[in-house]
Amino acid sequence: MRQSNTYIIIFTLITTVFVGGTLAFTSIMLGPRQAISIEYDTKSQILGAVMNITKNDDVLGIYDKRIVSFVVNSKGELVEKDDKGQPLVAEKVDVSKNFKLKPEDRLLPVFKYVSESDSTKVEAYILPTYGNGLWNRIWAFIALDANFETVKGISFGHLQETPGLGARISEDPVISERYVGKKIYNEKGELVSVDMVKGEKGEPLDPHHVDGMSGATLTGTGVNEMIKQYLNSYEAYFEKVKSQKVAGL
Amino acid sequence: MSTEVVEEKTIKKASEPLLSKRRKKIISDPLNEENPVTIQVLGICSALAITIKMEPTIIMSLAVIFTMVFSNLLISLIRNYVPNRIRIIVQLAVVALFVTLVSEFLKAFNYPMYKVLGAFVGLIITNCIVMGRLEAFAMGNKPYDSILDGLGSGLGYSWIILAVAFFREFLGSGSILNFKVFEALNIPYVNNGLMVDSIGAFMILAIIIWIQRTKTGYVEQ
Repeated sequence: MRQSNTYIIIFTLITTVFVGGTLAFTSIMLGPRQAISIEYDTKSQILGAVMNITKNDDVLGIYDKRIVSFVVNSKGELVEKDDKGQPLVAEKVDVSKNFKLKPEDRLLPVFKYVSESDSTKVEAYILPTYGNGLWNRIWAFIALDANFETVKGISFGHLQETPGLGARISEDPVISERYVGKKIYNEKGELVSVDMVKGEKGEPLDPHHVDGMSGATLTGTGVNEMIKQYLNSYEAYFEKVKSQKVAGL
Repeated sequence: MSTEVVEEKTIKKASEPLLSKRRKKIISDPLNEENPVTIQVLGICSALAITIKMEPTIIMSLAVIFTMVFSNLLISLIRNYVPNRIRIIVQLAVVALFVTLVSEFLKAFNYPMYKVLGAFVGLIITNCIVMGRLEAFAMGNKPYDSILDGLGSGLGYSWIILAVAFFREFLGSGSILNFKVFEALNIPYVNNGLMVDSIGAFMILAIIIWIQRTKTGYVEQ
Protein backbone atom coordinates (compact mmCIF):
# COMPACT_ATOMS: atom_id res chain seq x y z
CA MET A 1 0.00 0.00 0.00
CA ARG A 2 2.70 2.50 1.02
CA GLN A 3 4.67 1.69 -2.09
CA SER A 4 1.86 1.94 -4.64
CA ASN A 5 2.01 4.67 -7.22
CA THR A 6 -1.37 6.05 -6.23
CA TYR A 7 -0.25 6.41 -2.62
CA ILE A 8 2.96 8.13 -3.66
CA ILE A 9 1.14 10.58 -5.91
CA ILE A 10 -1.41 11.43 -3.22
CA PHE A 11 1.32 11.77 -0.61
CA THR A 12 3.34 14.05 -2.87
CA LEU A 13 0.27 16.18 -3.57
CA ILE A 14 -0.51 16.62 0.11
CA THR A 15 3.12 17.44 0.90
CA THR A 16 3.28 20.00 -1.89
CA VAL A 17 0.04 21.69 -0.89
CA PHE A 18 1.11 21.77 2.76
CA VAL A 19 4.60 23.12 2.12
CA GLY A 20 3.45 25.57 -0.56
CA GLY A 21 0.52 26.74 1.53
CA THR A 22 2.64 27.36 4.61
CA LEU A 23 5.19 29.31 2.63
CA ALA A 24 2.59 31.36 0.78
CA PHE A 25 0.86 32.18 4.05
CA THR A 26 4.13 33.26 5.71
CA SER A 27 5.12 35.31 2.72
CA ILE A 28 1.83 37.20 2.73
CA MET A 29 1.88 37.68 6.50
CA LEU A 30 5.44 38.97 6.56
CA GLY A 31 5.22 40.96 3.32
CA PRO A 32 4.38 44.37 4.83
CA ARG A 33 6.98 43.97 7.55
CA GLN A 34 9.63 43.04 4.94
CA ALA A 35 8.68 46.06 2.85
CA ILE A 36 9.33 48.33 5.86
CA SER A 37 12.68 46.64 6.48
CA ILE A 38 13.72 47.10 2.88
CA GLU A 39 12.57 50.74 2.83
CA TYR A 40 14.53 51.39 6.01
CA ASP A 41 17.58 49.73 4.50
CA THR A 42 17.40 51.68 1.22
CA LYS A 43 16.97 54.97 3.01
CA SER A 44 19.84 54.21 5.39
CA GLN A 45 22.06 53.52 2.39
CA ILE A 46 21.05 56.74 0.65
CA LEU A 47 21.68 58.76 3.80
CA GLY A 48 24.83 56.74 4.43
CA ALA A 49 26.47 58.58 1.55
CA VAL A 50 26.35 61.86 3.49
CA MET A 51 26.28 60.88 7.14
CA ASN A 52 27.21 58.09 9.49
CA ILE A 53 24.05 56.21 10.34
CA THR A 54 23.97 54.54 13.74
CA LYS A 55 21.40 52.08 14.98
CA ASN A 56 19.63 54.65 17.12
CA ASP A 57 19.08 57.15 14.33
CA ASP A 58 15.54 57.83 13.20
CA VAL A 59 16.40 57.07 9.59
CA LEU A 60 12.89 57.48 8.21
CA GLY A 61 12.42 60.78 10.06
CA ILE A 62 15.71 62.24 8.88
CA TYR A 63 15.00 61.02 5.38
CA ASP A 64 11.60 62.71 5.21
CA LYS A 65 13.09 65.97 6.43
CA ARG A 66 16.31 66.10 4.45
CA ILE A 67 15.78 64.24 1.19
CA VAL A 68 13.92 65.56 -1.84
CA SER A 69 13.78 62.95 -4.54
CA PHE A 70 12.77 62.79 -8.19
CA VAL A 71 13.68 60.93 -11.36
CA VAL A 72 15.46 62.19 -14.47
CA ASN A 73 16.39 60.55 -17.76
CA SER A 74 19.74 60.48 -19.53
CA LYS A 75 18.93 63.82 -21.23
CA GLY A 76 18.58 65.40 -17.82
CA GLU A 77 14.83 65.88 -18.15
CA LEU A 78 12.48 65.34 -15.28
CA VAL A 79 10.45 62.14 -15.62
CA GLU A 80 7.23 62.22 -13.64
CA LYS A 81 5.31 59.25 -14.97
CA ASP A 82 6.29 55.69 -15.83
CA ASP A 83 5.29 53.78 -18.99
CA LYS A 84 1.86 53.07 -17.60
CA GLY A 85 1.23 56.67 -16.65
CA GLN A 86 1.65 56.05 -12.92
CA PRO A 87 3.53 58.68 -10.91
CA LEU A 88 7.17 57.69 -10.46
CA VAL A 89 8.62 57.46 -6.98
CA ALA A 90 12.41 57.77 -6.93
CA GLU A 91 12.78 55.32 -4.04
CA LYS A 92 10.77 52.70 -5.91
CA VAL A 93 12.81 52.90 -9.11
CA ASP A 94 14.64 49.59 -9.35
CA VAL A 95 18.17 50.61 -10.27
CA SER A 96 19.15 46.99 -10.86
CA LYS A 97 16.41 46.59 -13.49
CA ASN A 98 17.32 49.85 -15.17
CA PHE A 99 20.95 48.75 -15.23
CA LYS A 100 19.98 46.06 -17.73
CA LEU A 101 18.61 48.68 -20.16
CA LYS A 102 20.77 50.72 -22.52
CA PRO A 103 22.34 53.66 -20.63
CA GLU A 104 20.25 56.20 -22.59
CA ASP A 105 16.99 54.42 -21.66
CA ARG A 106 17.60 54.23 -17.93
CA LEU A 107 15.57 56.05 -15.34
CA LEU A 108 17.93 57.92 -13.04
CA PRO A 109 16.76 58.77 -9.53
CA VAL A 110 18.20 61.85 -7.85
CA PHE A 111 18.13 62.34 -4.09
CA LYS A 112 18.70 65.93 -3.06
CA TYR A 113 20.07 66.29 0.44
CA VAL A 114 18.77 69.65 1.58
CA SER A 115 19.79 71.92 4.40
CA GLU A 116 18.08 71.33 7.71
CA SER A 117 16.88 74.94 8.01
CA ASP A 118 16.17 75.76 4.38
CA SER A 119 14.72 73.00 2.22
CA THR A 120 15.52 74.86 -1.02
CA LYS A 121 19.24 74.91 -0.27
CA VAL A 122 20.90 71.77 -1.58
CA GLU A 123 23.83 70.44 0.41
CA ALA A 124 24.48 67.39 -1.72
CA TYR A 125 23.14 65.38 -4.63
CA ILE A 126 23.01 61.67 -3.90
CA LEU A 127 23.01 59.46 -6.98
CA PRO A 128 22.58 55.69 -7.15
CA THR A 129 25.04 53.73 -9.27
CA TYR A 130 25.02 50.08 -10.18
CA GLY A 131 27.46 47.68 -11.76
CA ASN A 132 29.24 44.36 -11.78
CA GLY A 133 31.88 43.45 -9.24
CA LEU A 134 34.05 40.39 -9.46
CA TRP A 135 31.47 37.75 -8.52
CA ASN A 136 28.16 39.54 -8.61
CA ARG A 137 26.43 42.89 -8.56
CA ILE A 138 27.75 45.92 -6.72
CA TRP A 139 26.12 49.28 -6.14
CA ALA A 140 26.82 52.60 -4.50
CA PHE A 141 25.22 55.88 -3.58
CA ILE A 142 27.58 58.70 -4.43
CA ALA A 143 27.07 62.15 -2.93
CA LEU A 144 28.28 65.18 -4.89
CA ASP A 145 28.40 68.76 -3.68
CA ALA A 146 25.96 71.39 -4.98
CA ASN A 147 28.31 72.23 -7.92
CA PHE A 148 28.64 68.58 -8.98
CA GLU A 149 32.41 68.79 -8.61
CA THR A 150 33.50 67.29 -5.35
CA VAL A 151 32.60 63.91 -3.90
CA LYS A 152 31.07 64.43 -0.48
CA GLY A 153 30.70 60.78 0.35
CA ILE A 154 29.90 57.36 -1.00
CA SER A 155 28.26 54.26 0.43
CA PHE A 156 28.89 50.97 -1.26
CA GLY A 157 26.95 47.75 -1.26
CA HIS A 158 27.67 44.38 -2.79
CA LEU A 159 26.15 40.97 -3.10
CA GLN A 160 29.01 38.51 -3.14
CA GLU A 161 32.42 40.12 -3.26
CA THR A 162 35.23 38.20 -1.59
CA PRO A 163 35.15 38.64 2.19
CA GLY A 164 38.10 40.65 3.41
CA LEU A 165 39.12 41.65 -0.12
CA GLY A 166 36.46 43.05 -2.45
CA ALA A 167 33.86 43.04 0.29
CA ARG A 168 35.83 45.79 1.98
CA ILE A 169 34.02 48.35 -0.20
CA SER A 170 31.07 48.09 2.16
CA GLU A 171 32.71 46.72 5.30
CA ASP A 172 35.78 48.87 5.66
CA PRO A 173 34.90 52.56 6.23
CA VAL A 174 38.41 53.53 5.07
CA ILE A 175 37.52 52.70 1.45
CA SER A 176 34.60 55.12 1.21
CA GLU A 177 36.44 57.81 3.20
CA ARG A 178 39.13 57.83 0.51
CA TYR A 179 36.59 59.20 -1.99
CA VAL A 180 35.67 62.22 0.10
CA GLY A 181 37.01 65.46 -1.41
CA LYS A 182 37.91 63.92 -4.77
CA LYS A 183 37.00 65.83 -7.95
CA ILE A 184 35.05 64.32 -10.83
CA TYR A 185 35.95 67.07 -13.37
CA ASN A 186 39.50 67.84 -14.50
CA GLU A 187 40.93 71.35 -15.13
CA LYS A 188 39.59 71.36 -18.69
CA GLY A 189 36.10 70.76 -17.39
CA GLU A 190 35.91 67.18 -18.67
CA LEU A 191 34.13 64.54 -16.66
CA VAL A 192 36.88 62.13 -15.66
CA SER A 193 35.27 60.39 -12.66
CA VAL A 194 37.28 59.06 -9.75
CA ASP A 195 39.29 55.91 -10.29
CA MET A 196 40.56 53.40 -7.82
CA VAL A 197 44.15 52.51 -8.64
CA LYS A 198 45.64 49.02 -8.62
CA GLY A 199 47.38 48.03 -5.40
CA GLU A 200 47.24 49.62 -1.99
CA LYS A 201 50.20 51.91 -1.50
CA GLY A 202 48.91 54.32 1.09
CA GLU A 203 50.44 57.26 -0.80
CA PRO A 204 48.60 60.50 -1.47
CA LEU A 205 47.12 60.61 -4.97
CA ASP A 206 45.83 63.30 -7.34
CA PRO A 207 42.19 64.45 -6.98
CA HIS A 208 40.91 61.93 -9.54
CA HIS A 209 42.32 58.77 -8.02
CA VAL A 210 41.90 56.86 -4.79
CA ASP A 211 44.08 54.15 -3.32
CA GLY A 212 43.21 50.60 -4.39
CA MET A 213 42.27 47.56 -2.39
CA SER A 214 45.02 45.02 -2.03
CA GLY A 215 43.96 41.73 -3.58
CA ALA A 216 40.75 43.12 -5.02
CA THR A 217 41.79 44.66 -8.31
CA LEU A 218 38.83 43.26 -10.22
CA THR A 219 36.30 44.56 -7.72
CA GLY A 220 38.09 47.91 -8.02
CA THR A 221 37.75 47.82 -11.82
CA GLY A 222 34.05 47.13 -11.42
CA VAL A 223 33.70 50.05 -9.02
CA ASN A 224 35.50 52.38 -11.45
CA GLU A 225 33.35 51.38 -14.39
CA MET A 226 30.20 51.68 -12.34
CA ILE A 227 30.94 55.20 -11.13
CA LYS A 228 32.17 56.42 -14.51
CA GLN A 229 29.19 55.01 -16.40
CA TYR A 230 26.62 56.52 -14.09
CA LEU A 231 28.32 59.90 -13.79
CA ASN A 232 28.25 60.03 -17.60
CA SER A 233 24.54 59.23 -17.56
CA TYR A 234 23.89 61.97 -15.05
CA GLU A 235 26.10 64.50 -16.83
CA ALA A 236 23.26 65.94 -18.91
CA TYR A 237 21.37 66.53 -15.69
CA PHE A 238 24.39 68.25 -14.10
CA GLU A 239 24.64 70.59 -17.08
CA LYS A 240 20.95 71.45 -16.96
CA VAL A 241 21.07 72.31 -13.29
CA LYS A 242 24.24 74.34 -13.70
CA SER A 243 22.74 76.39 -16.51
CA GLN A 244 19.52 76.74 -14.49
CA LYS A 245 17.45 75.81 -17.52
CA VAL A 246 15.04 73.56 -15.72
CA ALA A 247 12.90 74.58 -12.83
CA GLY A 248 12.18 72.04 -10.13
CA LEU A 249 15.37 70.03 -10.49
CA MET B 1 24.65 5.87 13.01
CA SER B 2 22.99 2.51 12.60
CA THR B 3 23.77 1.78 16.22
CA GLU B 4 21.29 4.38 17.34
CA VAL B 5 18.48 2.70 15.50
CA VAL B 6 19.31 -0.62 17.16
CA GLU B 7 19.48 1.09 20.50
CA GLU B 8 16.01 2.47 20.04
CA LYS B 9 14.61 -1.00 19.41
CA THR B 10 16.23 -2.65 22.39
CA ILE B 11 15.00 -0.10 24.90
CA LYS B 12 11.26 0.08 24.60
CA LYS B 13 9.80 0.80 27.97
CA ALA B 14 6.47 2.38 28.69
CA SER B 15 7.71 5.41 30.59
CA GLU B 16 11.17 6.79 30.19
CA PRO B 17 12.27 9.92 32.08
CA LEU B 18 12.23 13.06 29.92
CA LEU B 19 15.97 13.29 30.16
CA SER B 20 17.09 9.74 30.68
CA LYS B 21 20.71 8.73 30.34
CA ARG B 22 20.08 7.52 26.79
CA ARG B 23 18.39 10.77 25.83
CA LYS B 24 21.14 12.88 27.35
CA LYS B 25 23.52 10.88 25.22
CA ILE B 26 21.51 11.76 22.11
CA ILE B 27 22.18 15.41 22.84
CA SER B 28 25.74 15.15 24.09
CA ASP B 29 27.17 12.73 21.53
CA PRO B 30 27.08 15.20 18.62
CA LEU B 31 28.82 17.79 20.76
CA ASN B 32 32.00 15.81 20.89
CA GLU B 33 32.39 12.15 19.95
CA GLU B 34 29.91 12.21 17.10
CA ASN B 35 30.40 15.83 16.13
CA PRO B 36 28.96 16.43 12.67
CA VAL B 37 31.65 18.91 11.65
CA THR B 38 34.85 17.61 13.15
CA ILE B 39 34.23 13.86 13.21
CA GLN B 40 31.82 13.29 10.35
CA VAL B 41 33.26 16.27 8.45
CA LEU B 42 29.87 17.49 7.25
CA GLY B 43 28.70 21.06 6.76
CA ILE B 44 32.20 22.35 6.10
CA CYS B 45 31.11 24.74 3.35
CA SER B 46 29.02 26.91 5.64
CA ALA B 47 31.61 26.59 8.41
CA LEU B 48 33.98 28.38 6.06
CA ALA B 49 31.60 30.85 4.52
CA ILE B 50 29.93 32.57 7.45
CA THR B 51 32.54 32.45 10.19
CA ILE B 52 34.40 35.69 9.45
CA LYS B 53 32.51 37.53 12.17
CA MET B 54 30.71 36.14 15.21
CA GLU B 55 27.42 37.99 14.79
CA PRO B 56 26.33 36.32 11.54
CA THR B 57 27.65 33.03 12.90
CA ILE B 58 25.32 33.24 15.90
CA ILE B 59 22.34 33.92 13.62
CA MET B 60 23.40 31.07 11.37
CA SER B 61 23.72 28.72 14.37
CA LEU B 62 20.23 29.59 15.55
CA ALA B 63 18.89 29.09 12.04
CA VAL B 64 20.50 25.67 11.76
CA ILE B 65 19.33 24.57 15.22
CA PHE B 66 15.78 25.71 14.41
CA THR B 67 15.81 23.95 11.06
CA MET B 68 17.22 20.73 12.48
CA VAL B 69 14.88 20.51 15.45
CA PHE B 70 11.74 21.17 13.47
CA SER B 71 12.56 19.14 10.38
CA ASN B 72 13.58 16.23 12.62
CA LEU B 73 10.28 16.58 14.46
CA LEU B 74 8.16 16.80 11.34
CA ILE B 75 9.90 13.94 9.56
CA SER B 76 9.66 11.81 12.69
CA LEU B 77 5.93 12.50 12.95
CA ILE B 78 5.28 11.44 9.38
CA ARG B 79 7.99 8.77 9.20
CA ASN B 80 5.51 5.91 9.03
CA TYR B 81 3.61 7.48 6.15
CA VAL B 82 6.49 8.53 3.93
CA PRO B 83 6.77 6.24 0.91
CA ASN B 84 10.24 4.79 0.87
CA ARG B 85 10.93 5.59 -2.76
CA ILE B 86 10.45 9.33 -2.42
CA ARG B 87 11.67 9.77 1.15
CA ILE B 88 14.70 11.87 0.19
CA ILE B 89 12.53 14.28 -1.80
CA VAL B 90 10.12 14.55 1.13
CA GLN B 91 13.01 15.24 3.49
CA LEU B 92 14.30 17.87 1.12
CA ALA B 93 10.89 19.55 0.93
CA VAL B 94 10.63 19.61 4.72
CA VAL B 95 14.11 21.07 5.16
CA ALA B 96 13.43 23.62 2.44
CA LEU B 97 10.20 24.60 4.16
CA PHE B 98 11.88 25.45 7.44
CA VAL B 99 14.88 27.09 5.82
CA THR B 100 12.63 29.33 3.76
CA LEU B 101 10.67 30.22 6.88
CA VAL B 102 13.89 31.25 8.63
CA SER B 103 14.93 33.24 5.61
CA GLU B 104 11.57 35.06 5.39
CA PHE B 105 11.61 35.93 9.09
CA LEU B 106 15.15 37.17 8.87
CA LYS B 107 14.21 39.35 5.90
CA ALA B 108 11.35 40.86 7.88
CA PHE B 109 13.02 41.40 11.22
CA ASN B 110 16.75 41.64 10.66
CA TYR B 111 17.29 42.85 7.12
CA PRO B 112 20.99 43.77 7.50
CA MET B 113 21.70 40.20 8.65
CA TYR B 114 19.56 38.88 5.82
CA LYS B 115 21.82 40.69 3.41
CA VAL B 116 24.96 39.31 5.03
CA LEU B 117 23.73 35.73 5.31
CA GLY B 118 21.30 35.83 2.37
CA ALA B 119 22.43 32.99 0.18
CA PHE B 120 23.91 30.99 3.05
CA VAL B 121 20.64 30.65 4.94
CA GLY B 122 19.16 29.18 1.78
CA LEU B 123 22.14 26.87 1.56
CA ILE B 124 21.23 25.27 4.90
CA ILE B 125 19.06 23.09 2.66
CA THR B 126 22.19 21.58 1.21
CA ASN B 127 23.89 21.34 4.60
CA CYS B 128 24.59 17.64 4.73
CA ILE B 129 24.13 17.56 8.51
CA VAL B 130 20.43 18.32 8.30
CA MET B 131 19.60 15.74 5.65
CA GLY B 132 21.97 13.30 7.28
CA ARG B 133 20.13 13.45 10.60
CA LEU B 134 16.73 13.14 8.95
CA GLU B 135 17.78 10.06 7.04
CA ALA B 136 19.79 8.46 9.82
CA PHE B 137 17.73 9.35 12.86
CA ALA B 138 14.34 10.95 12.38
CA MET B 139 13.18 8.33 9.86
CA GLY B 140 13.56 5.63 12.52
CA ASN B 141 12.89 7.30 15.86
CA LYS B 142 10.08 8.81 17.87
CA PRO B 143 9.36 12.57 17.70
CA TYR B 144 10.72 13.54 21.12
CA ASP B 145 14.00 11.68 20.60
CA SER B 146 14.27 13.25 17.19
CA ILE B 147 13.90 16.73 18.65
CA LEU B 148 16.73 15.95 21.06
CA ASP B 149 18.84 14.60 18.22
CA GLY B 150 18.23 17.72 16.15
CA LEU B 151 19.09 19.89 19.12
CA GLY B 152 22.27 17.91 19.81
CA SER B 153 23.49 17.95 16.23
CA GLY B 154 22.58 21.61 15.85
CA LEU B 155 24.53 22.49 18.98
CA GLY B 156 27.41 20.31 17.86
CA TYR B 157 27.57 22.23 14.60
CA SER B 158 27.09 25.56 16.36
CA TRP B 159 29.85 25.34 18.91
CA ILE B 160 32.38 24.43 16.26
CA ILE B 161 31.49 27.28 13.91
CA LEU B 162 31.29 29.69 16.84
CA ALA B 163 34.77 28.63 17.94
CA VAL B 164 36.07 29.10 14.41
CA ALA B 165 34.32 32.47 14.14
CA PHE B 166 35.72 33.61 17.48
CA PHE B 167 39.32 33.07 16.41
CA ARG B 168 38.75 34.40 12.90
CA GLU B 169 37.16 37.62 14.10
CA PHE B 170 39.65 38.03 16.94
CA LEU B 171 42.74 37.51 14.83
CA GLY B 172 41.39 38.69 11.48
CA SER B 173 39.54 41.84 12.51
CA GLY B 174 40.92 42.35 16.02
CA SER B 175 37.46 42.36 17.52
CA ILE B 176 34.97 40.18 19.39
CA LEU B 177 31.33 40.67 18.40
CA ASN B 178 32.36 43.88 16.63
CA PHE B 179 33.99 45.20 19.81
CA LYS B 180 37.51 46.30 18.91
CA VAL B 181 39.50 44.52 21.59
CA PHE B 182 42.99 45.65 20.69
CA GLU B 183 41.97 49.28 20.22
CA ALA B 184 40.24 49.27 23.60
CA LEU B 185 43.35 47.85 25.27
CA ASN B 186 45.64 50.19 23.33
CA ILE B 187 47.70 47.33 21.99
CA PRO B 188 48.95 47.83 18.44
CA TYR B 189 47.77 44.90 16.36
CA VAL B 190 47.93 44.31 12.63
CA ASN B 191 44.92 42.31 11.46
CA ASN B 192 45.83 38.93 10.08
CA GLY B 193 44.44 38.81 6.53
CA LEU B 194 44.84 35.05 6.41
CA MET B 195 42.14 34.65 9.05
CA VAL B 196 39.63 36.61 6.99
CA ASP B 197 40.29 34.27 4.08
CA SER B 198 38.80 30.76 3.96
CA ILE B 199 42.30 29.40 4.55
CA GLY B 200 42.13 30.74 8.10
CA ALA B 201 38.90 28.81 8.69
CA PHE B 202 40.51 25.61 7.42
CA MET B 203 43.48 26.10 9.71
CA ILE B 204 41.40 26.73 12.83
CA LEU B 205 39.08 23.87 11.98
CA ALA B 206 42.06 21.59 11.51
CA ILE B 207 43.52 22.63 14.85
CA ILE B 208 40.19 21.96 16.60
CA ILE B 209 39.98 18.53 14.93
CA TRP B 210 43.58 17.82 15.91
CA ILE B 211 43.01 18.68 19.59
CA GLN B 212 39.73 16.80 19.65
CA ARG B 213 41.10 13.64 18.07
CA THR B 214 44.14 13.66 20.32
CA LYS B 215 41.79 13.70 23.30
CA THR B 216 39.21 11.20 22.08
CA GLY B 217 41.67 8.97 20.25
CA TYR B 218 39.34 8.86 17.24
CA VAL B 219 40.90 7.48 14.08
CA GLU B 220 39.38 7.48 10.59
CA GLN B 221 38.59 3.93 9.56
